[in-house]
Amino acid sequence: MSGAFPVLGPALPEIFLALAAMALLMLGVFGKGEERPRIFFYLGAVLLVISAALAWLVTPKGGATIHAFDGLFVLDGFARFAKLMVLGASAFTLAMARAWFEREKLARFEYPVLVMFAALGMSMMISANDLISLYMGLELQSLSLYVLAAYHRDNARSTEAGLKYFILGALASGLMLFGMSLVYGYVGATGFDAIAKVLSHGHAPVGVAIGMAFILAGLAFKVAAAPFHMWTPDVYEGAPTPVTAFFAIAPKIAAFALITRVLVGPFGPMLPQWQPILVLIAILSMTVGAFGAIGQSNIKRLMAYSSIGHAGYALVGLAVGNQEGITGVLVYLAIYLAMNMGAFAVILAMRVKGRAVEGVDDLAGLGRTNPLMALAMALFMFSMAGIPPLAGFFGKLYVFLAAIHAGLYTLAILGVLTSAVAAFYYLRIVKVMYFDEPIEALDKAIGRTMGVVLTVSTLVVAFFFLVPMPVMRLSAAAAKTLFPH
Amino acid sequence: MTDWPLLSLVTFLPLVGAAFIFFIRGDDKVVAANARHVALLTSVGTFILSLGIWLKFDNASADFQLVEKAQWLPQLNITYHMGVDGISMLFVILSTFLTPLCILQSFGSIEKRVKEYMVAFLILETMMVGMFCALDFVLFYFFFEGVLIPMFLIIGIWGGPRRVYAAFKFFLYTLAGSVLMLVAMLAMSWHAGSFDIPTLMGIPFPIPMQYWLWLAFFASFAVKVPMWPFHTWLPDAHVEAPTGGSVILAGVLLKMGAYGFIRFSVPMLPEATAYFTPFIYTLSIVAIIYTSLVALAQEDMKKLIAYSSVAHMGFVTMGIFAMTPQAVEGALFQMLSHGVVSGALFLCVGVVYDRMHTREIARYGGLVHRMPRYALVFMVFMLASVGLPGTSGFVGEFLVLLGTFRANTWVALLATTGVVLGAAYMLLLYRRVVFGKLEREDLKSILDLDLREILVFAPLIAVVLWMGIYPSSYLNVMHASVDRLITQHQESLAPKPAPVAEPAAEAAPVDVPAEAPAGAEVAPAPVSAPAPAETTQQTSEPQAQPTPGTESPVSPAKQE
Repeated sequence: MSGAFPVLGPALPEIFLALAAMALLMLGVFGKGEERPRIFFYLGAVLLVISAALAWLVTPKGGATIHAFDGLFVLDGFARFAKLMVLGASAFTLAMARAWFEREKLARFEYPVLVMFAALGMSMMISANDLISLYMGLELQSLSLYVLAAYHRDNARSTEAGLKYFILGALASGLMLFGMSLVYGYVGATGFDAIAKVLSHGHAPVGVAIGMAFILAGLAFKVAAAPFHMWTPDVYEGAPTPVTAFFAIAPKIAAFALITRVLVGPFGPMLPQWQPILVLIAILSMTVGAFGAIGQSNIKRLMAYSSIGHAGYALVGLAVGNQEGITGVLVYLAIYLAMNMGAFAVILAMRVKGRAVEGVDDLAGLGRTNPLMALAMALFMFSMAGIPPLAGFFGKLYVFLAAIHAGLYTLAILGVLTSAVAAFYYLRIVKVMYFDEPIEALDKAIGRTMGVVLTVSTLVVAFFFLVPMPVMRLSAAAAKTLFPH
Repeated sequence: MTDWPLLSLVTFLPLVGAAFIFFIRGDDKVVAANARHVALLTSVGTFILSLGIWLKFDNASADFQLVEKAQWLPQLNITYHMGVDGISMLFVILSTFLTPLCILQSFGSIEKRVKEYMVAFLILETMMVGMFCALDFVLFYFFFEGVLIPMFLIIGIWGGPRRVYAAFKFFLYTLAGSVLMLVAMLAMSWHAGSFDIPTLMGIPFPIPMQYWLWLAFFASFAVKVPMWPFHTWLPDAHVEAPTGGSVILAGVLLKMGAYGFIRFSVPMLPEATAYFTPFIYTLSIVAIIYTSLVALAQEDMKKLIAYSSVAHMGFVTMGIFAMTPQAVEGALFQMLSHGVVSGALFLCVGVVYDRMHTREIARYGGLVHRMPRYALVFMVFMLASVGLPGTSGFVGEFLVLLGTFRANTWVALLATTGVVLGAAYMLLLYRRVVFGKLEREDLKSILDLDLREILVFAPLIAVVLWMGIYPSSYLNVMHASVDRLITQHQESLAPKPAPVAEPAAEAAPVDVPAEAPAGAEVAPAPVSAPAPAETTQQTSEPQAQPTPGTESPVSPAKQE
């Protein structure tokens, strides 16, 4: 326990992940990476799981907070919960991706390495306690994601997705950097604690408010919230499906963790300034998500709009800005993770005669040709629509309850109404699967990894109501660490 | 079996059956047969078990009985709280009674995807029973919305040609209404600090808030009942749904809306209820007269019965808001009666539909020559729907009209025209389908009811006659709870000026000498006694009142 450990200990999962990713890269380059990519996928998933376990272990018990690297890095219950979700989601999406890439003859060892670097970036974002470390983590994540989006480089849509994502992402990063420099200029510090201390003394200078708005815009881009959502449908549609699955889950959760920490931590005293912005963003996201998806015929595009909508609902909780609201956000994200993991497992398994398909109509008659998969997908869709008794209902219940407790009635009413609109397109998928006649049956074999993921997420979504407490308690404990007083 | 959680057993037993059916594997025919039998057995077992609720139910008590309570989401103060009172108990029985009949009926008409149909139906039963037993807001909403999923699938998979449109319309209409109710529930629980329904019944909500809450509840229940002009989903859903789906839709799902009014709007939001009563009267009258006229013009048998449902439910909403004991009991009785009768009428349509695959009235005629038993059965339910004395329909309508007459003569008068119109369209339907010459070739070989269908109809006829001849066995169950509902409603309305402290206090010195001796009215009286101290008003007012005050508004109602 001597020497560097107290300094580096809290960052153990990240250090481990960084070393593991680099080692895997070396192994791929100098070993036989080109010939046997399958091992890399599994190895990558296992290493991610190990780092998730480390993240669980190194966190102090009892809600304490520890810092490392002179306060650049923070580790608390909130970070632990978010890291668990992000690293776990990365591992699962990586494991699910293998079969798809192998079938499409795209499996290369770089993919797991890139996912690991992205996960490392996300992990850093979650634990960032300083504008500088925040930006570092964010960029590490983003750069990996840009490459992943364009991973299918011979495909025009994939490269287009990568380019689009990169250009707009760079713009968002630029906005955020500009905001950070403003904040630094007016506050004189980049550390979150220092900023919070300065801001809590009195009303903030206008420059800080403007800087915060820019930072918020950049982060809203990362969580794909309207009006910064334009890239989402194109990137989700263009990127290879496993990448889309990854995009829809892990980076989103990480970005939510980051936005939560930034708003509640350093900008916590400015709640009256950022609350209206978040309310507006939440309403826009829910509306865009609900109405945008109605006309979509590509299921990945539809899921993109769905994810915009879900970002809106999670933002409802964030807009509340108190402990209850943050608990709601975390519960929502945990349930979102389970629903999307399952839905994307089905989308990844969609193929006709060995060829991957992604049209909503390709699901036609699935209720007849593959009843179990259809049932699972139907459950995910009903759950995303927020219909009890499925898990999605509890997520919505939590955030809307928080919104009403905070007196944000307009937000709650618009939220439930848009969720009724959104139900339309989720139902459309159920309709296609159950009411329409099969045109061309989807292939039956879905692979063992996929089967496991599908089973687990179905059970979670369907039977969440029986044992809701573990997730609720974990989320509440995690949210509590952000509000120490 | 004294300590068994009877309500939970009744609620979740169908789910066990559904899980069992889900795991049946093998040859299609064997699976279908097994699924049918398991579903029938489960639902019959559930029905028998649910009779236990009735046996153990104490008619004299107005409290919630057979209460079960367990932690569910302790952080949010949400509990698993089940219980029944005189208002909800019979609807539990109604749900468990209709489900086995629907399942038995489906043996002859559902041929494809039998397994899924049975699973959906049993899940539906769980949701319906759970909804009537739930005593926690979130639990209630949980079941209330949970009904949508199986019903959506039942309409969409096994329905008629326009089933997709009908299923979507049903789902989205209902959902749009109920999400607003969810917001209202969350707001109420925030104000009261509890999701517990019995607790919330005793909490006075601020009056401006009540209006909004009432409207939010109205959005949900008016769609569900359905009240005119929110009824347009109903004809579509009824026409397209398979027979069993129509029966449950008309028999139980429509009752959920009216039940919601009685359970939430009336006891929890009394001032808003009083304020909106004329509004409900208007919509009910329009529903009764307008939809009856629409029913007269229908060419499709199911559509006709669907519109008649809207009209009959108009009586129910009118009765609930008339707020006299007869009217409320009549409304509850009418709900039960309509559940059985309209369900049976849909089954009657199902019988000929299974044979001829058309519901067009003009395609039939003279069925009495080939199907005497069918003609008899149909006649019983047709007359019950018309409200012939001796059948269940009469008791409900009569009580509602009687009770409403006391509350508002004109409303009752207008509603009575609905009875006449109801007789017109039902008799017309019966004449065109059953009587006349048997002219069509394909009808000449139509078969009369078989044993299975007789088994379906026999219990329904028995219940309709029982309810018509000896309604007390049902009304006795309701008495205590309805009385308390009305007493509490009037108590919460009566001292209205007292909590509004400022105007009362200002008015006190002026009004007391002039008004207090003059009228035995309730409003100024409580102010008269403790004019100096506002705070003592509420406590002392019952003592000041007993002689003329609180007795007078309640007594005319109580005498019956």
